[in-house]
Amino acid sequence: MKEFIEGSHAIAQIIKACQPGVISAYPITPQTHIVEDLAQLVANGELKAQFVNVESEHSAASVVLGGSATGVRVYTATSSQGLFYMQEVVFNIAGMRLPVVMTCANRAISAPINIWNDQQDSISLRDAGWVQIYAEDNQEAVDFHLIAYRLAEDKRVMLPVMVCMDGFILTHGMETVDMPEQEKVNKFLPNYKPLYKLDPAEPTSMGLLADPDYYMETRFAIQETLKASLGYLSEISQEFNTVFGRNYKDLLVEEYQTKDADKVIVAMGSVCGTIKEAVDQQRAKGKKVGLLRVITFRPFPYARVYEALKDVPRVAVLDKAVSLGAYAPIAVEMKAAFYGKKKGPKVISSFVGGLGGRDITLESIDEVFRRLTAKEVNSDFIDLKPELLKEDTRR
Amino acid sequence: MFGPLTVKPAESKGDKTGSWRTQVRPHYLHKDCIACRMCLIICPEGCVHGKEKNAFWADYNFCKGCGVCADICPKKDIAMVVEESKGEDK
Amino acid sequence: MENSPLFKSGHTACAGCGQAIAARLVVEASGANTIIANNTGCLEVFSTKYPETAWGVPWIHSLFENAAAVASGIEAALIYLGKKDTINVIAQGGDGSTADIGLQALSGMLERGHDILYVCYDNEAYMNTGVQRSGLTPFDTNTTTSPSGARSSGNIRPKKPMPEICLAHGIPYVACASAGFPQDLTRKVKKAISIKGPKYIQVHVPCPLGWRHETNQMLPVAKLAVETGLYPLFEYENGVLTGRKQITPKPVEEYLKTQGRFKHLLNNPEEIKKIQEIADNNIKKYNLRLEI
Repeated sequence: MKEFIEGSHAIAQIIKACQPGVISAYPITPQTHIVEDLAQLVANGELKAQFVNVESEHSAASVVLGGSATGVRVYTATSSQGLFYMQEVVFNIAGMRLPVVMTCANRAISAPINIWNDQQDSISLRDAGWVQIYAEDNQEAVDFHLIAYRLAEDKRVMLPVMVCMDGFILTHGMETVDMPEQEKVNKFLPNYKPLYKLDPAEPTSMGLLADPDYYMETRFAIQETLKASLGYLSEISQEFNTVFGRNYKDLLVEEYQTKDADKVIVAMGSVCGTIKEAVDQQRAKGKKVGLLRVITFRPFPYARVYEALKDVPRVAVLDKAVSLGAYAPIAVEMKAAFYGKKKGPKVISSFVGGLGGRDITLESIDEVFRRLTAKEVNSDFIDLKPELLKEDTRR
Repeated sequence: MFGPLTVKPAESKGDKTGSWRTQVRPHYLHKDCIACRMCLIICPEGCVHGKEKNAFWADYNFCKGCGVCADICPKKDIAMVVEESKGEDK
Repeated sequence: MENSPLFKSGHTACAGCGQAIAARLVVEASGANTIIANNTGCLEVFSTKYPETAWGVPWIHSLFENAAAVASGIEAALIYLGKKDTINVIAQGGDGSTADIGLQALSGMLERGHDILYVCYDNEAYMNTGVQRSGLTPFDTNTTTSPSGARSSGNIRPKKPMPEICLAHGIPYVACASAGFPQDLTRKVKKAISIKGPKYIQVHVPCPLGWRHETNQMLPVAKLAVETGLYPLFEYENGVLTGRKQITPKPVEEYLKTQGRFKHLLNNPEEIKKIQEIADNNIKKYNLRLEI
């Protein structure tokens, strides 16, 4: 049923439909509306879940870890510093192969403290062993949570999934969303049946010490599972399409006007809406430009990216994150995808924009296309204010 | 796929920690035992067994020779004796 | 019980480990219908080195400081599943993971009112990493990070008052126990699990390696800590002192001289006097002196 709804409310509604047994969260802007709604749903008796109000994100993640290990579907949500504070547990959840689903309301990282959107938080945790899926709009944000539980709880996977949605832009944005009906949700997402759990009827020890004889294989297993998950995601998205009447291709990347393009921007998340509009405008003027949207960042869909861009001469990667002192995060993956290959772009330039909530406008996108020349650039910031970069005269 | 690392108790035999024993081992004299079970209760390894008087024994596969059982025995019916051999068979 | 032990032989604790004794007594008192969340530390390492486990009950280790929070999630899941009334949940860890790095998670667990027993195995330093000072290391103790020297007589602070901190949360049961008094420990665990809500038991567990005493001296050392008044055994129910182990106090020197970690104090009457004051305060505060 279509509803004009705030992103966070829509997420709370879809989590309710997924019927987790344990929810735990600690408040951080811009995640708050999601968990406030869930608390209200529990208070109203509309959602039969234990909502555990914790004293920190570290404990929020630990509570859902404990709940998941006891064989119950769980949910948490966080953002920015909160995600960083739970980092230790985030890695732990993946290592323990627990199918936790978390929403990351993407927000900038301190210092300086800044509550506005970019993607530095979740991208910094890319090596944690979680699947990371980035939504462009709230329809996707809603749908991706359903897919996240299906993938996480798939017996071939048993890994946590982080659904990333841009803070404020999506979490606080009002959009029309086709909300999945409960019967269809039940059909698509059956009750969680754990492979292993804490149960006195069948005692099991979990979280054991692994010495050099055993540790490496556990990491290898996660690596192989994540690689295989690219295929599972495609498979699950097709089933999702059948049940809900959507049209997702594979949830790895979206190709927008890339087939005959001379220049393509690669980006992730809500900024892709703006880029699509810029592409449309430039196409109307006869310019062959396009967008490749990365949807799944972990595992990274190298083969799909290669196929999509192997005949495109120039590619601009627009990161809403920065790896300080190195190439930007998505740019690194793009370069890796084409290294040593017969085909591929002559130029892969890397741009950084939108940090700390700086607007990426249509003009910003036009500027990226303009700066995408034969001369490759790396981590070139866009939309900087030159007046702020002059030597500080107040000293 | 390998992992997660979970173990069910039945699958775990336990390391034969008796091989690291200190130079002494408990010798249950079976003379004055009153079956108070203190040796069994206090053993850090949980490797003392027995129910009846003068029938308690330590499983040397696991006993590390700490001597706490001998210390707690109210009847001094457990003596710590010097090991004669080394290794797994001790 | 002997056929399917809840904490079985073959773990890799040091000989004479007080924590191994206490951990077995705790799980045996709680019984087979128990789920344990364990902080990182000696107990976790020596009891669950893959592919072995000493635990006959469901057991989980996640991190150094989060057992109280993991246990909260377990308890919440059991409530959701309608199984909480038949299953005891225990969170446990050493003194460092309880009083220092895990204090926040423990405080959260106590404040939220979860039906969980938290057990702190107090061997008074970070033994797993090589005897570094923790918040529960006693005054003047020589550890690797509070060494005695020309300008130091060891750890500069007294033990953090963990039982009082827990009591201040208004929880229904707080107790101190000792591996030197096994029946008392068993009784306290049984009482704790019979009470609904958050419970805290702190167990004094000698560490022959870290305290530097002979392995067979585990019991006398543990008993002397209690008999000098340095480790009072008491229990509070609903904020009221309902039980205490009364003693005919022995001078603290008798306890100090049993362990290498206090050796530097033996020719230092001034420092011993300060430690005697700590014991005297405990004796007064908890009314420990046996009246004849």
